[in-house]
Formats: sequence, structure tokens, C-alpha cells
Amino acid sequence: MDTITDPISPSIISWPGKTLAEVPLRAYTDQQLYERELERIFYGPHWCYVGLVAEIPNAGDFKRTFVGERQVIMVRDVDADGKGGINVVENRCAHRGMQFCQKNFGNNPDFRCPYHQWNYDLKGNLIGVPYRRGIRRQGGMPADFKLEDHGLNKLQVATRNGVVFASFDPSVPSFEDYLGPDVLANFDRVFPANDPARELTILGYSRQRIPGNWKLMQENIKDPYHPGLLHVFFVTFGLWRPDQQSRMVTDAQHRHACMLSQRNQAAAGEATQGVSTFRENLQLQDDRILDVVSEDWWGGPTVCMTTIFPSLIIQQQVNSLSTRHIVPRGVGTFDFVWTHFGYRGDDPAMHQRRLRQANLFGPAGYVSADDGEAIECVQHGALLHPSESTYNAMDGHGVGGAEHMVTESLIRGMYAYWRQVMGI
Amino acid sequence: MTGTSAPLVSLEMRMAVADLQAEYAACLDGRRFDDWPDLFTDDCVYKLQPRENYDRGLPLATMAFESKGMLRDRVYAVTQTLFHIPYATRHVVGWPRVWIDAEGKSPAIAAESNYVVIRVRENELPELFSAGRYLDRIVDGGGRLRFRQRLAIFDSALIANSIIYPI
Repeated sequence: MDTITDPISPSIISWPGKTLAEVPLRAYTDQQLYERELERIFYGPHWCYVGLVAEIPNAGDFKRTFVGERQVIMVRDVDADGKGGINVVENRCAHRGMQFCQKNFGNNPDFRCPYHQWNYDLKGNLIGVPYRRGIRRQGGMPADFKLEDHGLNKLQVATRNGVVFASFDPSVPSFEDYLGPDVLANFDRVFPANDPARELTILGYSRQRIPGNWKLMQENIKDPYHPGLLHVFFVTFGLWRPDQQSRMVTDAQHRHACMLSQRNQAAAGEATQGVSTFRENLQLQDDRILDVVSEDWWGGPTVCMTTIFPSLIIQQQVNSLSTRHIVPRGVGTFDFVWTHFGYRGDDPAMHQRRLRQANLFGPAGYVSADDGEAIECVQHGALLHPSESTYNAMDGHGVGGAEHMVTESLIRGMYAYWRQVMGI
Repeated sequence: MTGTSAPLVSLEMRMAVADLQAEYAACLDGRRFDDWPDLFTDDCVYKLQPRENYDRGLPLATMAFESKGMLRDRVYAVTQTLFHIPYATRHVVGWPRVWIDAEGKSPAIAAESNYVVIRVRENELPELFSAGRYLDRIVDGGGRLRFRQRLAIFDSALIANSIIYPI
């Protein structure tokens, strides 16, 4: 009988904990597990975020970005109607594997590798090879060389309401099936279909390199337990408090999640008692960064934080909106790229408001700089004790949604899926 | 920008601008955060912004404050509320280019200077943390110079985890 030997030792691919609450710390530190994650998750049948259509408004506009660690280019095609679709190709010349594109943003009618000038159209088809037929009948490519066999690596692309995702794996399900109806509804709430006043406008970028495993950021936005404790501004100004009406949503496979809540500015109570970060008397000297104005599309929740496994966080926190792209950079590091956006119909006051509230978020944000710092400290702790585990047992050991914040079920849910896809 | 028609800036004024820059760096590196807002006018603008956004005309900043009150709020937040791995800074600021900007709502001294900031965490070696340039508009307020506007534009869009203290 043939035996299949797993290249990873059994001690690495075991789950030592009794329940999903006990995540082995080596999940954050082990190189072999990380390589399997890249293959099965980032390069497998999952949709990874690449960008917003509004970043490449004109034919030939491109953005260089990442799927897993691989560089890809999101480009707006030139079609007969002058509008063009969105293609995503890998930044790797079919000739020598060179990363031919060395700019984050730009515009070109086609792609050309500088090394030997292999030339590709915006769909990634090879259209020209210098000296293909040789010079004076000498040299040149073999007679059986076909351009169509040597295009760029073309990714599957899903564009929904101005947001672009890509996958290396042709077997990836439809984007709608991937999200499932409940998460999709919250996606469409921020990114509506066919609403010209809510087409996206780009406000700018923030980029962080965070010394932690990429999953720690997914967990951070699947963790409604921490914001009212770690983030003084959240708890003190009532932007996120466990006594608020809230709802935790996840898909059938527990990959993605939405954390919704409704702001209240109730007086101190059970939720703030004994919480050292609650400052009842804190008053801002200039409170324009909390000049919250309700928008019609909110329909109740003042916050909806969505995680789309594995690489995207969608933020609506009052009037501040962003996508946050998780880019793994080795087992112990990820880049975190924020794209803040508004809507075309924003008046100047709303435009200014979104920018002011952006002080809460990003690498210096009052309620997010500390997340990156906490993740760095968790990673340092994990490195020294890879055989230990976490204990994420708030609200029990199960998975699924909840109607409150005092839970870690969304994190456990992600690991239920992770174990399945990783074979652990 | 400087041009043949720009009024000359006296040596005395250049020295005063350099003094203000030195005081600013000393204030942050010496952790006298409460003194930092007083280097600005009441209706000041302070922005810390990646060059990527600045060059492309994208308005998002890493920090964007529009009053001395917002600066004081930042000081409160970083000293009293924001969890972070503690670090010390060392600002090294180059000699400023100085000229008169007569185009704003009222004339101001314009200055531009390069900076690097070194971050030092306990038990760690010093790290180059931020490199960029300051774009300043400076006015005489009550017998001393203050920043009406200070933009700190950093060259590397990528930030080493987070930025807690102002640059």
C-alpha cells in the first residue's frame, strides 16, 4: 500500500488544543505552515483584494499590488467602447520571470518588459518578441514558438460595485457565493450598485509594516471584545462599547465576518465600570474629529467592520471609510495598506469630515495605532513559546454569529475554516 | 518659492527661524509635549503626510490638525490614552531654506528643511524611523515666531508599524 508522507512533520500539523479556543502559537511563527498558507489560502480558491476601480479610472491606468506575496497588476483595459474591463496579471515576464513593472501607479497602452522588450497587451497576451524571426535568417525563436503559449499569468477577476478581487485558482467560486448572502449584504451597504452619488472617490493611502503574522490582523477585526477596552477614544466617546446594540455576522464557513453596532453615549455603567481606559471626564479641546453626521445609507449601524478572508478589511466607522489590505511579508510580518475613500456626492463639509475622522484610523490613529502595537507584542510573545496556545474562550468554545460584543466566536470560526483548508 | 523679486530675508530672521526649528526638535525629543502646541498659532495647520499622497494631490494625512486645540488633544491622547511600545526620538533637522511667501492671506515666512527622525526603543538599537521634509509658514505672534502651518512630508510611504508622537 502506498503511503503519502506529508512534507510537514505531524507535530506541526496537529491541533494541540481541546477546542478552537486554543490556537497553537506556532500558527503565527512556523515557516512551513506559512508556506502552506500561501499555497492553499492566498494562491488557492479564495478571492484576494486588489483594489478599487476608482484607482484606475482611465484605459491603460494600472496599479501594482499584491496577492499573497506575489506582485500583480490591476489594469483597466482598452476596449472598443472606450471603457474597458479590469484585468489582473502577475508582474512576472513569461521570458525570464522578471518583475517588469516597477511603479505602484501609472498608465500605459501595453506592458513591455525592459530586459528583452517582450511586449504584452493589457489582457496579458504576448504580442511581440524582438528578433523572433532572427536577424538575417540567423537566430530567432524555434519554428514551434507560439505567442499564445507565453502570455502573462492571468488571474481570475471579480469586480463588484467598484471593488476588485483576484484569484490565481480557476476553481474559485463566484464572488457572491464566496461571501455568502449575509456578508454580501453588508458589503453592498458600503459599496452599492448603480448609485452615481455613491461612486467611490479616493482620499489617499496609508501604509504600515506590522511585525506580526497576517492572521493577527484578521483576528483583530473579528474581535469585538477588545475595542471597548484597548481603545480609550472608542469607549469614552461611545463609538464602540459593549453595552451598545450590536450584531456579529459570519458566513456559513466562518471565513468572513461583520461586526455591526450602533453608537450611544450612555452614561457610565456596567460596560465601563472598572475599565481603566474609560475616562468619564475626557473632553476634547477641539471635537471636530468627532463631528459625526448620520448618512441615509447607514440604516441604523454607525459602525460595520467587515473582514473578507484572507486579505481585506472594510471599515465604516461613523463617517470614515476605508479598505485595509493585508499583504503577508513572511511568517512574522505583514504590510497593511489603507485606502480611504468617500463618495462622489459628498459635499465639501462631508469631504472634510471624512478626512478629520481619519485621525482616528491609520498608523497614527487614536483607535488603530495601538492595534498594530498590540499585534507586534503578541508576535514577540508567540515567537518564544511556539508550543503554547491562546485561550480565546470568551462566549464559550463554539463558532457563529452573536447579538452582543462579549465574544470571540468569530476568531474561533476563522480557525475552524483554517484547520479545514490547512489539513490540521 | 524664491525668485528674483522675492524680498530678501535678513540674517537675523534666518537665525530666528533656525531657533524655532531647534526649539521644536528639542521640545519633542525632550518629551516636553505640553510645550509643543505653543509653538503654533491658534488657527494652525499641522499635517504629517506621506509623500505619496502629497505628490499626487490626495488629501489623506497620517495626522491632520487644524487648531492648537487639536494639537493639545493629540498630546493628551499620546501621553494618556494610546497604548504603544514606548520609544524615544531624536530629530535631526537640516538648515532651512527661507523666503517670504507673500501669496497667502497675510505674508509669512516660508521655510523648508530636511529631517530624519531616529527611534530608540528600550533594549533595542536605534532605527531610522522617518525621513522627509518640513514645509513651514511662520508668523510673528506676540514677539516670537510661531508656525502657522507645518507640513511634515515623509518620503517612505511605509511606516514602521505606527507613529505615536508628532514628527
